[in-house]
Amino acid sequence: MATVALMVATRKGAWIYRADSKRSDWEVNGPHFLGHIISHLVLDPRDKTTLLAAAKTGHLGPTIFRSTDWGHTWQEAAAPPAFAKAPVGETGRAVDHTFWLTPAHGNEPNVWYAGTSPQGLFRSEDGGITWSGLPSINDNPQYREWMGSEKDGTPDGPKLHSIMVDPRDPHHLYFGMSGGGVHESTDGGKTWRVLINGLDVVEGFGFDASNPTFHDPHCLRMCPGNPDRLYQQNHCGIYRIDRPSDTWIRIGRNMPKEVGDIGFTMTVHPRDDKTAWVFPMDGTEVWPRTSPGGQPAVYATHDAGETWQRMDAGMPKEQAWWTVKRQAMCCDSMDQVGLYFGTTSGELWMSRDEGRNWECIARHLPEIYAVEAIVI
Amino acid sequence: MKVWIPSALQSYTQSSRVEATGSTLDEVLHDLDRQYPGIRFRIIDEQQRVRRHMRIFVSGVSVNNLYQAIRPADEVVIIQALSGG
Repeated sequence: MATVALMVATRKGAWIYRADSKRSDWEVNGPHFLGHIISHLVLDPRDKTTLLAAAKTGHLGPTIFRSTDWGHTWQEAAAPPAFAKAPVGETGRAVDHTFWLTPAHGNEPNVWYAGTSPQGLFRSEDGGITWSGLPSINDNPQYREWMGSEKDGTPDGPKLHSIMVDPRDPHHLYFGMSGGGVHESTDGGKTWRVLINGLDVVEGFGFDASNPTFHDPHCLRMCPGNPDRLYQQNHCGIYRIDRPSDTWIRIGRNMPKEVGDIGFTMTVHPRDDKTAWVFPMDGTEVWPRTSPGGQPAVYATHDAGETWQRMDAGMPKEQAWWTVKRQAMCCDSMDQVGLYFGTTSGELWMSRDEGRNWECIARHLPEIYAVEAIVI
Repeated sequence: MKVWIPSALQSYTQSSRVEATGSTLDEVLHDLDRQYPGIRFRIIDEQQRVRRHMRIFVSGVSVNNLYQAIRPADEVVIIQALSGG
């Protein structure tokens, strides 16, 4: 019988939840790394054995831990992601934390990509034990300019995130930078092109929308059922692109006006490329980054963004001010897709029926940074 | 020389006090990393700067210059800064 596992990364450690295919009774395993800041915990879908955890503490520098026995034992990376030493007289960058982990193509076992804060792209070819930076991004003066300074990012640092690998071609890669836009490579990361046409920038200040530095994609998703279709939750709305077109379409314009189309996270159906889910947040005035009106809800589209439906059955109806960060919503691949999200207030929620009904399966956790689901 | 290790790094050393050798702080930290792989990068970043929330004292004096000379009689104390949340 299939097992569903949830990898939950939080501000104070990591937890693993497991259930059988009914997804009714969840067995908790953890905490792992209690007190460590875990930005991402990912199980390798190619071997369904290797777990990588992106870790740091409030004081200690960043590292990556690896387990092949479901977290009974962990091995630290021998060479975690780190930028090149700057020449004498220049100020070099230092990785504050690894933010995002992506297993590479199925034909490249043991290859992983990592995105860091500040923005950096790294690759491991030995299952996460040693990591090397991609000079095409990390040491490219043009990219360094687009990345901006440490002020040009989220409150806990600018990030490179949403690293995606085309399942048809291991050399076809995408990633996003907050800030710094969306980028694509078709040669395994040797060269890159910018993919920001159609994306809005913050209005009213005359920013040049053709300059990647003004773009803040929060979360990119590639449809497993159609890798030519990408969705995006951006600082300035919800978008879709159908390759080979190079222009994003703002499908968030079709969201209810009183909710808007600002948010951090997004997830896509494992088979149906017309279905995606978002978790809107309040992006008005001072950017509260809470559920709009204190009424949390997932919104679903089943027609690629033409229309959106509110899905909040089971969620609090008032005075609930939590939200969901960019890595903290995902789905499984069961026939009736299970949806999962973790909140800034430390609650883990799930739906067994593609968002129609919701229940809280864990509470009182630390702030949840990331949730990943896998069917084993 | 004696090196005092904060609790956050004792998963590497299994002890609060270890021995390391070197004529500069940098050499001492490299010797520590040779004995306890990975420990140095948690304290010193890739630009050879002491991390923001870490402090190193040599015989009671706070040190940021990794290339400062150290005498065998010195004691090195590595601590977490009084910051956090």
